[in-house]
Parts: sequence; C-alpha cells; structure tokens
Amino acid sequence: MNGDSVTPITEGLFTVADGLVRLIGSQCARCGTVAFPRQASCPKCTSVEVSGRLLARRGTLWSWTIQCFPPKSPPYAADDPGAFEPYGVGYVELPGEVRVEARLTEADPGRLRIGMPMELTLVPAPSGEAHGVVTYAFRPMTEEEQDER
Amino acid sequence: MSAEDVGIIGAGIYPFGRHPGVTGLQMAVAAARAALADAGVSWPEIDFAAGGSDAAGNADTSVAMLGLTGVPFVNVRNGCATGGSALTMAHAMLRAGSADLALVVGFDKHPPGAFNPDPEDWGLGAWYGETGLMLTTQFFAMKIQRYMSEHGISTATLAEVAAKAFRNGALNPNAWRRRPLTAQEILASKMVNHPLTQFMFCSPGEGATALVLARGARLRAPARPPVLLRSVALRTRSFGSFEVFSPSIALESGPSPTAVAAAAAFEAAGIGPADVDIAQVQDTESGAEVMHLAETGLCQHGEQEKLITSGATEIGGRLPVNTDGGCLANGEPIGASGLRQVHEVVLQLRGEAGERQVPGRPRVGFTHVYGAPGVSACAVLSR
Repeated sequence: MNGDSVTPITEGLFTVADGLVRLIGSQCARCGTVAFPRQASCPKCTSVEVSGRLLARRGTLWSWTIQCFPPKSPPYAADDPGAFEPYGVGYVELPGEVRVEARLTEADPGRLRIGMPMELTLVPAPSGEAHGVVTYAFRPMTEEEQDER
Repeated sequence: MSAEDVGIIGAGIYPFGRHPGVTGLQMAVAAARAALADAGVSWPEIDFAAGGSDAAGNADTSVAMLGLTGVPFVNVRNGCATGGSALTMAHAMLRAGSADLALVVGFDKHPPGAFNPDPEDWGLGAWYGETGLMLTTQFFAMKIQRYMSEHGISTATLAEVAAKAFRNGALNPNAWRRRPLTAQEILASKMVNHPLTQFMFCSPGEGATALVLARGARLRAPARPPVLLRSVALRTRSFGSFEVFSPSIALESGPSPTAVAAAAAFEAAGIGPADVDIAQVQDTESGAEVMHLAETGLCQHGEQEKLITSGATEIGGRLPVNTDGGCLANGEPIGASGLRQVHEVVLQLRGEAGERQVPGRPRVGFTHVYGAPGVSACAVLSR
C-alpha cells in the first residue's frame, strides 16, 4: 500500500517517509531500553530521559495466533461487523530493539511459523476501509526479499 | 498453633454458572451468609471485610443486606486477582492484630462472550482496541504457542488438560460445566485462537465465594476444623515478563508475576512446592494451567507433558490440580475465581470435598491466580 494518501489510525504510532512505514518507539538515554509505542519514561530503569526512535522495519515472528471470532465492539471498530474475516496477530522481534505486537497480513495458520522473516507494512484499519484509514501490520517476506538480506 | 497464625474457619459459595434475575451482589450476600454459617460466626462479629467484583458492583454495598454494623469494608478491583488481593489484605490485617475476624468475598456477573475491556482503562490508545488487539484470548494463545515451541508441549496435552477439568467439574455440584468431554471432542471444537479451541477456554460467567478468616482465640476454638493460611503473596509484573495487553515486550526476559508471587508465598510459608499435596492454578484456558504449573514451581518447564499424560495431576494422582474443575468447568466470574480456588482447598484439606475428594488426607494446598495486566496472587494453606 502506498502510504502517501492515507490517514493513520492515530497520530504518533507510525510514520511514512518516502513510501516506507516506520514504527515510532522510544529509547531510554540511560539504559538503552526500547519500548513501543513511544512512552515518556523507561519501563526498566524508570528514567525520564527518553527520546523517540524509529524502529527497524524487518524482524522475525516470535509468536502468533489467528483471531477466529469477531471481537466485541467496542472496543473493536469495524465498518461492517457482519463481514468479519479471521486475521493473524503476532509478536515480531525486531533485532536488538523490542518485540512488537501487530496484526499480520497472513491469516492461514499453515503459512505462519515462529522464526519466519517479517516486514512492516500498512493495511486498511477495520474501521477505515472505506475512507483510507490505515494501521500497521507485518507481512511474511518473500524468498526474493530474504535473499537480499 | 502460634499467636501469629491466621486461618480460614468458614467457606461459602454461590454456585458458578448463569443465574438470570439474580444480581452479583445477591450472590455475594448468599456466599457470605454461607461462609458465616459454616464458621459459626455472626455478621456483627466481623471486624474487617474486603472484597470485590470486576463488573457487578461494589462489594461493600452488601452491608445493606448483611446488616449495617459499621464494619471497615474495603472494595477491591484487581482484575482476575481481585479475590487474591482481598485475601492478602485480610491476612495482613489479621497478622497485624488490627482485626480478629475477617470476611472476604468475591463475586461477578458477566454477559456471554469474550471480555471487551476499554483500552483507555489499561493505559492504551483506542487504536489498540479498534484494530482488534485488545483480547485476552489472543495473549494466552500467543503465550502458549511460544511456550509449546520452546518446551515441547503438544496440542494433545492442551486437550487433556481441558478433559480433566470437565471430568472434575462433573463431580462438583457447584460447577457450571458438568458434562465430561473427551480430548477428541475438545480438539474438534471450534478454533478460537490457534492453537486453542472453544472447549480449551473458560467462559465469563457468574458466581460468588466468601471466606471467614480468624486469628488468636477465634482460631483456637472454631466451629469447624481450621485451615491455616500459611502465606499469601501478591505481585505485579516486572520488566521483561510477557503480559496481557502489551503492544510490545522486551527482548530481555524477566520472571512473570506468577513466578515471583509463588516464590514469595512459598518462602513466607516455609513450605516448598515439593510439599504441596493439592494445587489450584489459574486455567482460564488449558495452556495457562500448563504454563502456570511450571511458573509456580510445582514442576519444571517442559515436564508438564509427562506429568499430565501420566495422570499425576488427576484427583488420584501425585499432584491433583484444579480438583473442582477450575475456571474451565466453573467459568470465570472475575471477582470470584481466586476465592473459589481457596474454597476448594479448604474443603479438600478438611476432607469434605465429596465425590472429588483427593485420597490420602492432603495436608498442604496451594492456590494461584493471574490477571490483566500482569498481576498474580498465590497462597499456601495447610491443616
């Protein structure tokens, strides 16, 4: 998805530059701990000397599941609750940074495995398909992309 | 018995399940009256009370029905650890000599279906819920998925845990799900969150539990055989633990609140996990029982597969676990579950658990609850 003409689900979660989406985390100046989303203090050492950090776009799948039933609304927000399709959810480990929870573009359990390479992307938010609202997700990388690494 | 000892001298329960037309508070009052009657104590004698629900109102409102005695009564709302938190407070008040007879009560009444918490109540942006990440079921699925890959636990074992729960529930007149299910039926039920199927999950439900605690003279001359509350420990999460409702988790791993609370409870009791004769561990889904068995120290990580398939955790086994059917067969009224576990241990240690009584006169019991966003309470009891 091209990120130039879309509305993020919320401000401050991710940014799009040159068509590439990056998650906005934070890093502690004292102990180096990385957190996502960005937060004003360090969850490890309690320091408030924390600044923003754009996180890596690629990582590996640390764990996953498939959400097979429609979540209740609220808090879930879907344009058409009757049109629910199961979706993947996982934690992606960004090397040296943090494990990020995200929707996955893949919902077939046979095509997900712990350790597989993943890359950040944008997908329509369940509530915003009609009007261009997007959220972040991770997608399995293709074999060609993996060869580039 | 020493002057510092705190014991449970009364236990009462309002059956878990669905009770149309009965409010959560009415269930709480019924459970409190049952506990008082069991203890042979009248409500005006209670000089401290604590309790709570997640979704069925303020526990202290029950004084309108129990009687306006002026008793100090603290409302507790601490997720799935509400009951354990109330127990922690009552235990501390008695140990401090600030009260002699305490009542703790937990109750709840939830509509059918998964919980739908408001992200902002949990310090998260609305986006987290809107995009479909605010589900406890996802967390448990991802935690066990990772755990299975690290410790060699099979899906068949997850089904065995649930089958045991329903077998035990069938023997418990206060349980909600009383029909035994085979492992095959559990595996074949609808997929909810891989690898967990419908019958591997408990359902939000209704029910109430109350306990009467005593110290000093009231403990030395009880109407019923007392069960000593040797210790209770409550902890929140530490850095590096993997907890529910976490948009990110640290690369560095730290002990879970369950591991820390369990270790603290065992240390304070001067009793080790190897001494435990009967355990109730939080089993909001079958993977949770597997993981919590090791996190509490009751077995080694990876040992569960053998333990469960060998029958060691059955009522007649070496370490009977969730003998009343656990959350899986009783459902999850959030405020009531933690005290239900203690109620079950009290019955078992008294030898009053009926058809599900553990043989061999169990002497030491252990309870564990875990709740969002990473809180655990553990208790060690003995007779």
